[in-house]
Amino acid sequence: MGKHLVGNHIRKLRFSNNEMTQQQLADKAGVTRQTIVALEKGNYSPSLELAFRIARAFNLPLEEVFFYGDNSKL
Amino acid sequence: MTYQEKKSIVSLISVILIFGFFCLYMYPQHPRGGLQSTETFRYWGSFVLVLTLVSIVAHIVISIIFNILFRITTREKEPAFADELDKFIELKAHRNSFFVFILGFLFAMGSLVIYQPSQAMFMILIASGFLSDVTGSITKLYHYRKGI
Repeated sequence: MGKHLVGNHIRKLRFSNNEMTQQQLADKAGVTRQTIVALEKGNYSPSLELAFRIARAFNLPLEEVFFYGDNSKL
Repeated sequence: MTYQEKKSIVSLISVILIFGFFCLYMYPQHPRGGLQSTETFRYWGSFVLVLTLVSIVAHIVISIIFNILFRITTREKEPAFADELDKFIELKAHRNSFFVFILGFLFAMGSLVIYQPSQAMFMILIASGFLSDVTGSITKLYHYRKGI
């Protein structure tokens, strides 16, 4: 399965947010831990709604959590 | 390995074991009479119905045992709901599973067209049901591990 063009900084953001666990983020975003694992590995591009929910969990705008293509600077 | 990956593996193994043991149990009961006798049709009818019931009950029991063991070994609670990724993977598993069953169904009908005995048709139908179940479990395991 090829890597997706939609990348994210979820892993970095979890650690910079008091080392939030995958389960804690999953609970905040209303998904299972499996989905957070898949997102961090780049194995899944979330729906727009889930992307917004994750960004809201970090209190950040969407574009600071997710990026398109190679625009991976944070 | 996450809960969903473990569950897919358990599901795959249980499908194979249930089908295998059920076939071993039913094989000696195959009627000796003519291939087209009423008794033979009754045998295949009961094979499908009993297998369906046994599979449902066994899957429920295995699922409960798996959840208990998962809680004991990992001290984690199993997810109480299916999120968008779960639903997406479920859809893909259903699609592949359905495709395999329809292919088997067509082969089963084809066997009648080329004058094969009716029990060949039943065997192909039952085998395609089993393979479609296996395909569904493998699809889930594949997508949970490799992504969508």
